Amino acid sequence: MPGVEGFMYPNEVSLYWSVLIVLYPFITGLVAGAFILASLERVFRVEAVKPTYRLALLTALAFLIVAPLPLQLHLGHPERSFEMYLTPHRSSAMAMFGFVYLWYLMAVLVVEIWLDYRADIVRLSQSTTGWKRLLYRIMTLGSDNISQGALRIDERVGWLVTLIGIPSAFLLHGYVGFIFGSIKANPWWSSPLMPVVFIFSAMVSGIAAVMLLYMAATRLRRQPIDMRCVDTIAMYMFYIFIVDFSLEMLDLIHRIYEADESFRSLDFMVHTRLRFSQIVLQLIVGTLTPILLLALTQVTKLSAIVRKRIYVISASLALIGIFAMRWNVVIGGQLFSKSFLGYTTYKMALATREGLLVSIALTILPLLILAVLVKLLPPWTEQTHASIPAAAAAQAH
Amino acid sequence: MNITRRRLLVLLPAAAVAWESILAGTPEASPNYAMTEHWWSMLIDIPKCIGCGNCVRACQAENDVPDGFFRTWVERYHVDDWNLANPHVISPDGGKEGFSSTQDDSGKYFFVPKLCNHCADSPCTQVCPVGATFITPDGVVLVDQKYCLGCAYCVQACPYGCRYIHPTKKVADKCTLCYHRITKGLTTACCEACPTGARQLADLKNPNDPIHAFLKTHSVQVLKPQMATGAKVFYNALDGSVR
Repeated sequence: MPGVEGFMYPNEVSLYWSVLIVLYPFITGLVAGAFILASLERVFRVEAVKPTYRLALLTALAFLIVAPLPLQLHLGHPERSFEMYLTPHRSSAMAMFGFVYLWYLMAVLVVEIWLDYRADIVRLSQSTTGWKRLLYRIMTLGSDNISQGALRIDERVGWLVTLIGIPSAFLLHGYVGFIFGSIKANPWWSSPLMPVVFIFSAMVSGIAAVMLLYMAATRLRRQPIDMRCVDTIAMYMFYIFIVDFSLEMLDLIHRIYEADESFRSLDFMVHTRLRFSQIVLQLIVGTLTPILLLALTQVTKLSAIVRKRIYVISASLALIGIFAMRWNVVIGGQLFSKSFLGYTTYKMALATREGLLVSIALTILPLLILAVLVKLLPPWTEQTHASIPAAAAAQAH
Repeated sequence: MNITRRRLLVLLPAAAVAWESILAGTPEASPNYAMTEHWWSMLIDIPKCIGCGNCVRACQAENDVPDGFFRTWVERYHVDDWNLANPHVISPDGGKEGFSSTQDDSGKYFFVPKLCNHCADSPCTQVCPVGATFITPDGVVLVDQKYCLGCAYCVQACPYGCRYIHPTKKVADKCTLCYHRITKGLTTACCEACPTGARQLADLKNPNDPIHAFLKTHSVQVLKPQMATGAKVFYNALDGSVR
């Protein structure tokens, strides 16, 4: 049979989860990671990362809006997906997706963004005209009190929402890991470490994405990059990356040392079918290189320009590495036979519903949504913070 | 009737539940069949299987199984004396057209017919996000194809590779143990077509079923017992190398 080596159960020859299911954990990981970065400032009072706070929230929202799309496109009957809300099967890890997603979107992210931007929205609803004015007026939800007392309440409630948001972000992505980790039929997936590895890799990818977006946006706006901010972000990324790498190595060493019935089969797969995506892309290019580069910035004194370049390169490599990790989990988990006697091949289509072009479009879409969100709700602190007291004063009069 | 806002709030969810129930329809009538009086399983006598592929063809004809996918299939094992843990296994086109003879006389050869194990604790049923896959009171794992989302989570969760996504219906598909036949007192298409009686439908709740005597006197095993799925397809003389 073409693309098959050894013996596959006959129904295993074609893969059932495509590149879209690779995108799904990648995108939700970016959401969770971006939110954790935002919470650094809000809950843990890491003031240095403040310039990225709002951008991180908007990034999380833009990616969260897109997160269910790859799942919808992958379903055989997307029109029935609402049944997951109506008749969720309580023993199914997947059934909880809709609820976890809605909780995170509506109870955490949208509420936090609204609370944080409420004063700005009220101000914009007063200073703009035409359809924009109408839009901002709707976005105020009728709450246009921006007195100091009201803003203090916003701040307190926002803090509480972020506090709830941190475990929610862990839940959102840890749960994605659990979908894979709880499948006992598949030894490549079945591991209690899976949700934890997913969470830490999510944090790395989300932080890397926001750092890159912040640097790119600041450059586009011809503003100076706040080095204290990116240095702090890079430091957090470095330490979280080390935890992530350690967990993945722990999983690997455990598998090698235990060498259970699946080991020979999986080991062969890693050295053949997954050699490029696992060893080259994920391990060398996407993990070791950025960790070493970031380590360099931690132990030596480098000029700002060199540090900036290192951050851009290591964040880009980290994103490639985390994407490769999702690929190796999802696609790798289907390349070997559950008989442990053979291997199949994944052929990605180009222009089909689950093909390459759709995947590229789904990767670009959150960036377009983010561009609209940034236009609508400017996250730049130097503009907005200056204008809030003026708006508050206007309200007081 | 005067519908107030409060009454409407009470009526809407009730109407939604009623509508779901209407959409679900009524189950097909099966007179003289009491689900709770049966607990279906299958017995496969490996030494009797000659690898003719009759069962695969009968299943495909009976159940309109799409090309390239299998509700049942037959594997041929070749186990060398010096390498018991690494058998050489083939199943060309699911063994539908039988197997060509072999020139290699070393080791041993035998056939293993496979099908859904209709597990009592099936992982596929556990993971279905909407409960479209379920186990009937008489022990058959089925898919409600009008309800299935086609997410393929069940395909991933089955340790035996028995499920697939139907290429045109876009829903999960698998062996139904010919439920449309067994509830009418018939046997499955594969059992009926087997020329050697290697496959036998068995009802564990029927005290007169010959399976009880067979299980008492033979060494019987299920596939991948370590998966603890409560598999109900019993194999006589199952070699340790079978996966």
